[in-house]
Amino acid sequence: MGFVEPENVEDVGAGLTAQGYFASEGLATAMFLAMSLRRPLFLEGEPGVGKTELAKSLATWTGGQLIRLQCYEGLDAAQAVYEWDYTRQLLHLRTAEASGRASSTAEGELEDELYDERFLVKRPLLQAVSEGHDVPPVLLIDEVDRADDEFEAFLLEVLSDYAVTVPEIGRFSADVPPRVIITSNRTRDVHDALKRRCLYHWVNHPDFELEVTIVASRTTGACETLVRQVAAAAEEFRSVGLYKPPGVAESIDWADALARLGATELTADTIQATLGAVLKYREDQERVTDNDMAALIQRVMARAG
Amino acid sequence: MTSVDTAPTTSIERIAVAFVAALRQVGIDVPVGSALRYHEALSTIGVNSRTSVYWAGRATLVHDPEAIGIYDYVFAAFWEAKAVVLDTIGVIDEQEVMLAVEDEDADDDAEELGEETDLPVITLRYSRHELLGGKDFSDYDDAELDEAQRLMQRMAVVGGRRPSRRRVPTRHTGGRPDLARTVRRALRSGGEPIERRFTTHGDRLRRVVFLLDVSGSMETYARALARFVQAAVAGRRRVEVFTLGTRLTRVTRELSGRNPDRALTQATDAVQDWSGGTRLGESLRVFNDEWGQRGMARGATVVLLSDGWDRGAPEVMAEQMGRLHRIAHKVIWVNPLKASPGYEPLAQGMAAALPYVDRFIEGHCLDSLEVLAELLAEKGAPA
Repeated sequence: MGFVEPENVEDVGAGLTAQGYFASEGLATAMFLAMSLRRPLFLEGEPGVGKTELAKSLATWTGGQLIRLQCYEGLDAAQAVYEWDYTRQLLHLRTAEASGRASSTAEGELEDELYDERFLVKRPLLQAVSEGHDVPPVLLIDEVDRADDEFEAFLLEVLSDYAVTVPEIGRFSADVPPRVIITSNRTRDVHDALKRRCLYHWVNHPDFELEVTIVASRTTGACETLVRQVAAAAEEFRSVGLYKPPGVAESIDWADALARLGATELTADTIQATLGAVLKYREDQERVTDNDMAALIQRVMARAG
Repeated sequence: MTSVDTAPTTSIERIAVAFVAALRQVGIDVPVGSALRYHEALSTIGVNSRTSVYWAGRATLVHDPEAIGIYDYVFAAFWEAKAVVLDTIGVIDEQEVMLAVEDEDADDDAEELGEETDLPVITLRYSRHELLGGKDFSDYDDAELDEAQRLMQRMAVVGGRRPSRRRVPTRHTGGRPDLARTVRRALRSGGEPIERRFTTHGDRLRRVVFLLDVSGSMETYARALARFVQAAVAGRRRVEVFTLGTRLTRVTRELSGRNPDRALTQATDAVQDWSGGTRLGESLRVFNDEWGQRGMARGATVVLLSDGWDRGAPEVMAEQMGRLHRIAHKVIWVNPLKASPGYEPLAQGMAAALPYVDRFIEGHCLDSLEVLAELLAEKGAPA
């Protein structure tokens, strides 16, 4: 078939890079294995390290449709798998009644009509395994730890067989299995049964050079000096034990904010003015501003080179 | 799978099996499915490059960030045949001494109980409860500890309930209509939705997070309190347990087995600083950073079991307790020393923490733990 099928790890790295996603070698290897073994990829890591972004880049690279399921507490089968279109079903019954068919048709037959595929509302999980996809769709199950554990049971069949059973109709099974990416912020442990079906990767903050590359490619108008300094400062912030150390997403926002203000390098004033883009807790901001700012800038300069 | 060349496949198989065996030896739980996947991954990616072999194993065999360090050890030992590192792996088992001690304890218990089972069992337990109810844990002998554990298991430690976003069917009319059930009922009446159905909010158990201080000053109480916590973990889901001491250790998994003795030994193994120094504030900071703020403590009832002795700075303690208090539903501090006559929270850490504690209770005896169980269940008394 005519869709992207990487032959080795480098293919994956290059394919994602072309979409502006710079994956570490470990992540590229895990992604490659997930694609060639047709297994879901389970990503855990700090917020803002690019877990969700990977799915988006994968979709644009492979040309597969991105189907996203954002998890939240109380998420149930009706929103995740499928739901019957009850309003239309009721209308159908009324029509049958008005035309006098309701009394002449056997109850079983009328029921069969109701549970027909045209009354079925497909939600993300069913969409991913049913529609006539030419290219494997990318199914992103985002922040699965936010859903309650009952929900994980719905995922098991989908993830091991790439199939969904609708009791009234039968089994939907994917011709081309979707590429599944599951993300979690680890607010609770996901059930082992779910993890066992997946390949696992813990996403770390990128190292300095990788972060420079990422920030440079995602911001417009920030000069290289500034980008290197932002990456160095972000690395510094991550090492001093803040409540919420900045992720790459924050570094990008910060570089953008600095560039908008026309800054070409970090100074005490520009940091003060834009700190809100990178540190989101008052205590964190105080820890940075109350400490020796000059020393901080000096360390950042030295690291940025 | 390519079956062109059987010899290399076989050797990959052997390598995979041997490596998985090495991992299991140091205590990483590798299900058979993961081992198969590892073999598949190695076959796909080849064994020529060190990094790809490393990452193939990381993706298929490791399911927790905590296991990464051990995986790295085993990987280095296995693939680079570093004898030194192999020794280090041996060191992971150094707690075996502790384990042997625990076994001795268990034997003692068994002997003593053996003598006592001559007595009528019911009388024994009944009188024991009366006897043990108000007795300080630090005065317990092993047999009493054992009996107390049995009594703790009978205390139903159930967290309070909170409204859930999940909806459930209800008999009451009003609330949100339940179209699915309404349509099904309508079929029976020829399509006329005569009987309407509704849903309402469900409710679910509130998460309970136990933070158990296992530092030196708590030693006499920690073992009894650990048994209480273990009973809570075995009883239900949505309980998390961490130990505080010189560092923070998550022991939920170790305590979740059905066998309490084994669970306790395992937990002792996992906690390397049982009776070490105390850095409460620092451990709390780690808890807030790594677990609490991300969601584990959000909306949860957090129970600290500690005497409040902290060698760190009281400001750290106050700051971290403040953070915890802002995200938790309720913070309960159980201090075994509170029962001592004339007790004042003079320990610096304790004094710093008190403003952020919703309930400050004692925890030196069975009766006081019963009070805790009632508090957790949130029956009646408003917090």
